Amino acid sequence: MSRVHDMGGRFGDGPIVPEAEDGAVFHEDWHGRALAVTLAAGALGKWNIDISRHGRECLPPVDYASMSYYEKWMAGLAGLLVDANVLSREELASGEAIGASDLADKRMDVAKVASVLAAGGPADRPCDVAVAFGVSDIVRTRRINGNRLVAGGHTRLPTYAVGATGRILRVHGTHVLPDSSAHHLGDGAEPLYAVAFAASELWANPEHPGDEVVLDLWQSYLERTA
Amino acid sequence: MPHDHADHDSPNGHPHTLLPSDPALRVKALETILTQKGLIEPAALDEIIETYETKIGPRNGARVVAKAWLDPAFMAALRADATAVVSELGYYGRQGEHMIAVENTDTVHNMVVCTLCSCYPWPLLGIPPTWYKSDAYRARAVREPRKVLAEFGVVLPDGMAVRVWDSTAETRYLVIPQRPVGTEGLDEAALMDLITRDSMIGTGLAVTP
Repeated sequence: MSRVHDMGGRFGDGPIVPEAEDGAVFHEDWHGRALAVTLAAGALGKWNIDISRHGRECLPPVDYASMSYYEKWMAGLAGLLVDANVLSREELASGEAIGASDLADKRMDVAKVASVLAAGGPADRPCDVAVAFGVSDIVRTRRINGNRLVAGGHTRLPTYAVGATGRILRVHGTHVLPDSSAHHLGDGAEPLYAVAFAASELWANPEHPGDEVVLDLWQSYLERTA
Repeated sequence: MPHDHADHDSPNGHPHTLLPSDPALRVKALETILTQKGLIEPAALDEIIETYETKIGPRNGARVVAKAWLDPAFMAALRADATAVVSELGYYGRQGEHMIAVENTDTVHNMVVCTLCSCYPWPLLGIPPTWYKSDAYRARAVREPRKVLAEFGVVLPDGMAVRVWDSTAETRYLVIPQRPVGTEGLDEAALMDLITRDSMIGTGLAVTP
């Protein structure tokens, strides 16, 4: 079973509203602030990108569906800060700090911003898992979908591609496995592939016989076809 | 098997419900508490915002595309290792650690989405536009890319296949749009003006002068 964020292929969302090329980067002042607070809090080092994504995905579905993008970021951040014991529920409720933090030496000062953004957080890691597939190999995504390490845990195989047969388009190397990393279980690095699926393999009424969808999928999401 | 601890299904509810409901006040509350605890510096927040408003945006990606159009050797290097090539131009960084360039041709049109969140190549394109982060785009781009393209005013010939890239890992995709006809004499700066943000996501085409 999946979560509310797993919406690829869903019907009923209505038209898309394009935006001017020269429009504002942040449409409200608090949008930029929300992004910046999230990045600065992330720099404290108490969670990684997989934990933070999973935090947003674990918002109650009714909240997730009603929130705008940066509202989800703020709500997710509130959960992360409490889960990591950076802030207490009492502090969130009162709007005031209660006591000092032993993380203050990790603060991203203004002088560090450029270097932190430029450094990024690469996800490739050496690993012992042998690369099982090569370009053009035919593979099938496993079913049933779900995190195999933690019940209800984070995973990156979208439901619309479960049980589908595709072909390996690229071998990306070996990358951190989000299913492990999102739960403080270590990097669990595995081979990662770009896998191409014919639209007709995914959708009851594909738009065009030549269309494809490509997903980046970890080796443990895939099985060899007979 | 352990259970997920990120669900907040205690009777006290999710921590976000403790904050003010108005989003601007909500952000302000978090910033205030974290600042009081010495965990964030407001000037650093200003710096992050200014960086993404003025320094890191789609002009970076346009420069890469213009170079690729002008120089076959650059394009070949981009195909072989896009991360290395854009790093040399100073465009490595957060959310662009593993770059891949995908080229539009006469027979394939590429388009990028992230159905599970809103992954996007920040160092090359900046912060994604609102529609890229919308439920409608996330839900529909994989299932009906041609209808989505039509909403951007793009209609592809029947002989052209669409390849939609769903960014499910930390790899990030930059679409190299086709160079418009009639641009043979243009230099890098003039070409950059034809290369829109949307053309590098794949929901648009480069502008024909």
